[in-house]
Parts: sequence; C-alpha cells; structure tokens
Amino acid sequence: MEHRENPTQAGEVILEVRDLHLEFHDHDRPEVAVEDFDLELHRGEIVGIVGESGSGKSMTALAIAGLLSRHALERRGQILFDGQDLLRCPRSTLRHYQGDEISIVFQEPMTSLDPLQRIGRQVEEPLRIHRKELSAQQRRELALRTMDAVGLPEPEKVYRMYPHELSGGMRQRVMIAAATISRPQILIADEPTTALDVTIQAQIIALLRKINEDDGTAIIFISHDLSLVRQLCHRVVVMRKGLIVETGPAEEVFGNPQADYTKMLVDAIPKVVL
Amino acid sequence: MAGTRRSLRQTIDRLPSPQVFWAGFAIMAAVVALVLVGLVWMPYKPTAMSADRLQGISAAHWLGTDKMGRDILSRVMYGSRVTLMVALGTMAIGAGTGVLVGAVTGFYGGLLDEVVMRVMDGLFAFPNVLLALVFVSLFGSSTMHVMWALGIAFIPSFTRVVRSEYVRIKHLDYVKNARLQGASDARVIFVHMLPNVRGVLLSNVMIGFNNAVLAEAGLSFLGIGSQPPYASLGQMISEAQEIFFRVPTAVLGPGIVIVAMVLGFSLMGEGIRPATQSLD
Repeated sequence: MEHRENPTQAGEVILEVRDLHLEFHDHDRPEVAVEDFDLELHRGEIVGIVGESGSGKSMTALAIAGLLSRHALERRGQILFDGQDLLRCPRSTLRHYQGDEISIVFQEPMTSLDPLQRIGRQVEEPLRIHRKELSAQQRRELALRTMDAVGLPEPEKVYRMYPHELSGGMRQRVMIAAATISRPQILIADEPTTALDVTIQAQIIALLRKINEDDGTAIIFISHDLSLVRQLCHRVVVMRKGLIVETGPAEEVFGNPQADYTKMLVDAIPKVVL
Repeated sequence: MAGTRRSLRQTIDRLPSPQVFWAGFAIMAAVVALVLVGLVWMPYKPTAMSADRLQGISAAHWLGTDKMGRDILSRVMYGSRVTLMVALGTMAIGAGTGVLVGAVTGFYGGLLDEVVMRVMDGLFAFPNVLLALVFVSLFGSSTMHVMWALGIAFIPSFTRVVRSEYVRIKHLDYVKNARLQGASDARVIFVHMLPNVRGVLLSNVMIGFNNAVLAEAGLSFLGIGSQPPYASLGQMISEAQEIFFRVPTAVLGPGIVIVAMVLGFSLMGEGIRPATQSLD
C-alpha cells in the first residue's frame, strides 16, 4: 500500500478534545466509559479511533457529535469547536453545528433512513434545517450533485425512491450524501462499513478518502477493522477500556507499535490483506 | 415501479383488498350525502308537527311520521348531522390532544411523562358515559357538552398508543440521525416521527370514530345531549320504541344510519390498513 503524507499536519486545529471523561451513573456503581481522552483534529485530517467493543470509541464519537443523553451521565473535560465547548453549550448552539459543521454517518445503513420519506428529501434535510434561504430548486440541484458525487447511479431516479428500494451499500452512500451535503468541517464515521460486505467496504473507504481530498473535510473514522484504518487514516488513536493506549501517525503505530495491546492488534491483522 | 409518484386512487387500487375500502367509502359517501343534502334542503322542518301522526311510508312522507306527526326522513337527516358532527368533534378533540400529549411525553419521557400518564390513568378509570354524565350535569345538557365530554374521555387512549409508539421509535437510528442533523425537537417530533406512527393512529381513529358514534347515540338514547324537540339518532330510537310495530321506519331509519356510519368507517379503515404497515 502507498505511503500517504499527512497533508495537514501543520493545518490549524479545528476540534480539540481535552481530558474527556464520561461516566455512567444509571447503575449502583458508576461505570467509566471514557477516561482522559485527548484529541486534536486538524483541518483536512483523517483520524482513526480503533479499539475493541466497549473500548469507548463510539461513546467518544457520540460525545463529539453531541448525542449523549444529558442525564445519567457525568461528563468532564472539554470538546472545543469554533470557540464553544460542545459538552456544555446550550442545545440550540449544538443544533446549529449538527448536520452543518459536524455530521455523522452511522454503522447501520439499513435502519438509519426514514422508511416513509423519499431519498431526495432525506438527503436535503440538513439544507432544510440549516440553509433555509435555499429554494426547493436549489436544494434539489445540490442534492443531485451530492448524490452523484457519492457515486449513486442515476441520481434523478434514486432521488424519488424510498429506502426499501435500495441495497445496503447504496443506503450508506445516501447517508454519506446527507452527511456531506452541507460540506461539514468534520465528518464522524462510526463504523460505517461494518454492516457492508467487503467489496462495498472498499468502495465506501475510497469514497471517504475522495470526500476528504476534494472538500478538505476532516474525518474521524471509528472502526475495529485495523486494515481499513491503516488504508484510510493519517493518524490513529488506539483505545481500550476507555483509555488511550497509543496514538500517533498511522504508519508509525502500525509499523512500529509501542504498546503491547497495539502489538497484539497489529499481529491479529490477517497478513494476506496487507 | 421505482419511485414514481402515484395518485391516491392508484395507491388504493394497489391495496390487497381495494373493494373493501371502496365499499366502505360508498357507504360513508351515502351518509355524508344525506347530511349535506340536509344542510340545504329537507322535506319538512325536523321539528314541525302535523296532524298526520304515525303514518307509514308514503309519497308525502318517505319514511313516515312519528307520534307527533313529524317527518322521519327530515329528522333522520338532521339527527345524522348531529351525530356525525359530535363524532368528528370528539375525534378532533380526543385524537388531536392525545397525539400532542402522547408525542411530547413519549419523546421527552422523565418526570413529565410520569405525571401526565398518571393523570391519564385517572381519566381512563372513568367510564365514558359516567364522565359525560358528570360533564352534562355540571354544564348543562347540550350537544356541545356531550362532544367535549366524549372528546376528553377519548384523550387517554390516544395518548397511550401514541406515547408508546414514540417511546418505541425515538431510539431508532433514523430518529437519532434526524437529531444529529440539527433538527429541532419540534421538527423531530412532528416531521420525522409523526408520519411513522400513522399506522397505529389510523387503527385507533377507526375504533375511536365508531365508539364516538355509538357513544353519542347511546347517550342521546338515555336523554343526555341533544334535547327534544331537536333530533339526534339515538334520541329518535329512544322515542320510537313504543311505536316500533306501527311505524318500523321510525326505528329502522335512524338505526340504519348509525350502522352505516360505523360499518362504512370500519370498512374504509380496514381496507386502507395494509398500506400503513411499514415498508421495511
């Protein structure tokens, strides 16, 4: 595989997570989900967060996206974006960024679309919320262009379809179209390929890279699939049991892992794939 | 037929049993036509008495006359209007409030949900007729008051089903996704979630409308609500009990309209129900 320069190592920091600490309080004993998590995301960078189930990687992503329910959870630390602390800012401020500056793509393309609404409408939804000044015609054009950009064949036709008429891979492209239509600064991809088969996985990875290169969108890619992370990401954060085990440029972490846990993970990657 | 827009008519004809829907539709249309015609023209004033008492079917009185010589057809037309209005009004109050309260409590949960649902349980514990009686004895007997009483009595059942649907779907990915796109709570509740509860809502409206028709007829049969000399279907049946064998149309006329309303609406709902089941 080719070696990639991190194009933006010197780019400005657009998101900064400081000492993030998340603790569930809905059982008798508090459970720590994420501890001492730090992250600096530069403009146009792809950062991978890897770890096993329960390592806290998805919780971290949800915290950044602002979907953590506000009760039964103790939150400490800061998530700084655009001069605001996303952990503490009012809901209205959060909503202002969500879907506009910060978008998320989920693991489950089969259930992430509203079964009753046409694809076009769902792709346009962020524009309806954040770009109220656009006319229906402008929205439609933008949606068709974005759908074309994410590789949906015959956008005109798909625009009028319902989710049940599309395959999983196509639905995930729809999700990505909806997430990128407003050209967000940050795209969070929470295991976007887990529910897809291998050939489609490769296509989605290629698509994410294209979005990153064309629009300069920074991507936080969450996965337990190390080979995908290695293919896509500039920088990697390895998590286990809520703690960061190791972090650094992808080449270094995978080429010369320091922590025992990372070594174990790297050893577990099937060699054929590499 | 990927993604082509269909007319309502085409959608209905693609249902598993469009005939059921159209049969119900025809019956409802006849009832509504009867009411609409009654708005502009009735053979006689529904309260006008005459010397032609207890007449059978004739050219002058198509459904005969009752014991005070009032034209039964005119009274059926008027009574259908009253019953239909009360049923629709009841549904508007019950379903409207129920959906609103159920959606909000289901979506937010927490203390608000607990408190509101306990109040609903309390309301639910009253039998509808009893609640209507209390209402009428407090505010006086009139069609309006019966409508309000029934409407309020219908709120809890709507609240419950709508709330439980909201609780079920609020954790679904597409709802989460809508929130992550920055949609306001109101937008999530009404634009994203409401269409997805329409299946349960429809079956509840079906049952609710029928219950409202029957409840209104039952109450006016008991003398609550519409007061003489004005007519309502249940009241007409009540008054006609003693003349059933002399003028059967005095009971059959209003009775058939009640049955037609209930049957027609049920058939329409039954026919359209498959279309509301999730596409996924």
